[in-house]
Amino acid sequence: MQSPEYTLSTDKGFVHRQAAHCESGAVSSLLRHYGFDISEAMTFGVSSALLFAHFPFVKVDGFPLTAYRAMPGAIVKSMTRSLGVRITRERFRDPRAGMARLDDLLRRDQVVGMQASVYWLPYFPPDMRFHFNAHNMVVYGKQGDNYLISDPVAEFPVICPSADLQKARFVKGLFAPKGLLYYPPDMPAHIDLEKAIARSIKKTSFVMLNTPAPYVGVRAMRYLANRIRHLPDVSGDPRYAPDYVGTIVRMQEEIGTGGGGFRFVYASFLQEAAHKFNEPRLQEASELMTRAGDVWREFALLGARFCKKRTEVTLEQLADAMLICADHEYDAFRLLRSVRL
Amino acid sequence: MRKKDVPQDANTTLNGARKLVYAVDEDGRYTVVPTTGWEVEEIVTGMAVNRYAELAQEALTRVRQGHASPLEYYMHASRLNIATLAQATGLFQWQVRRHLRQPVANLSRKTLRLYSEALGIGVDNLSDIP
Repeated sequence: MQSPEYTLSTDKGFVHRQAAHCESGAVSSLLRHYGFDISEAMTFGVSSALLFAHFPFVKVDGFPLTAYRAMPGAIVKSMTRSLGVRITRERFRDPRAGMARLDDLLRRDQVVGMQASVYWLPYFPPDMRFHFNAHNMVVYGKQGDNYLISDPVAEFPVICPSADLQKARFVKGLFAPKGLLYYPPDMPAHIDLEKAIARSIKKTSFVMLNTPAPYVGVRAMRYLANRIRHLPDVSGDPRYAPDYVGTIVRMQEEIGTGGGGFRFVYASFLQEAAHKFNEPRLQEASELMTRAGDVWREFALLGARFCKKRTEVTLEQLADAMLICADHEYDAFRLLRSVRL
Repeated sequence: MRKKDVPQDANTTLNGARKLVYAVDEDGRYTVVPTTGWEVEEIVTGMAVNRYAELAQEALTRVRQGHASPLEYYMHASRLNIATLAQATGLFQWQVRRHLRQPVANLSRKTLRLYSEALGIGVDNLSDIP
C-alpha cells in the first residue's frame, strides 16, 4: 500500500516509515518491527479509531471538545482485543526510574513505543509546539546522551537529548503521559486479520450510527451543524464565533493530520479490506468515505475563510457543509452494516 | 482527495518539514503523498499561535507597568492559560489566579518549584521581567 521511498532503515534493523497519524503510525511500526507486516491505515481501521464526537460541556482551552478519532491511547489498548497482540504498558511515578527503564529496554535491543508532550520536543517546528500531551513515537536506540527516535509524523528519524525527553514524558495535565512506555513482549503465532477487520467495521458502524446521545457519531455532526448555525446567539463576543470555528478546524487539520485526514485513512483501510475479502461493497464504502473526507476539506477551507473574513462566508454555509459530511458518512456506514463479512 | 489535489503550500508553521497524507491515485488506489502543508492549516495554527502571542504581549505591557505578575507573562508565552497551567502544576485554578495577583517574591519556594517545572524556567528567574 505504501510506497517504499518513504521508508528508511536504521541500525538494529529498525525501519522508520512516516505516517499520517502519530498513534496508528507508532503502533504499526512497532508491529512491523516485531514481525507482523501491517499498514498504518489497517492499524487505524482494526482498532476502530475512526470517530466523530462533539462534547459541548467538555472545554479544551475554553472551547468545546471536537474529536475526529478515538481517545489517545485507544489504538495501543485495542491491539490485544482486535489482533490478539499483547502490549505491555508501563507507567512511572519517578521520572528517573522511567528513564532508567527505557535505557534498560534499549540495552536489550527492544524497540519501544512511548507517549510524550509535543511542547517539550525540541525537534518539532516551533509553531507546532502546543501542550498536547498524548503524542506517540517509537524509540529505537541511544547514542551518548541522545535518544534515537522514530517520530511517525516526521519525515526522517530524529534525535532528542535525554533532559528534553524526560521533561516531555513527565509533564502533568490532561492526558499526562506518566512516562508511558509500550511494546509487545511476544508475538502470537497466528493473527486473524480477517476476523479483526470484520469486528472493527461492525463496531465503528455501530458507534457512528447507533450512539444514543447526540454527542457521538453521525448525529453529533448534525448536532454540531445546528450549533454552528446558532453561534451568534451563544455569545455576544464577536471573536467567539471565529475562534470556535477555528478550533474545530484546527482539531480537524493539525491535530487531525490534514484535510479530513482520518476519513482518508479510514477509506484507505476499507479499500485494503475490500481487496482482502474481495468484496466490492467495501470498495464502494471506501469511495463514500473519500467523498466525506473531501467535503470535510471544503468545510475546513470555508472555516478558515470565515475566520480570516477574506470573503463572505456565513455560518449557514459552514453548517450546510457539515450536514453534507454527515450524509456521506451516514451512507457509508449504512452500507458497511449491510455487508456480512 | 486525489493525488494531484494534495496541497503543497509551503506552510511556514511546518518550518520546512513535510507531512504525509492519504490520497487516491489515477487508478483509484490509495497511496501516501508527502505535503509541504495546506494554507488552511497555516491559517488556523497561526490563529492559535497569535492568540497566545497577543495575550503574552498584553501581559508584558502590564507587567512593566507593575500591574501584573511576570508569571502571567510566562504563562501566556508558554502557550498556557489559567486552566492548563493549573493542570500542569497540579494546583487549583483559584490558587493559580491568586498567585498571579501577588508579587512572585511572596510565593513559597515549593510553589515556585511547581511553576518552574511547568514553565521550564529556573526558580530564581520567575520574577525576572523580560
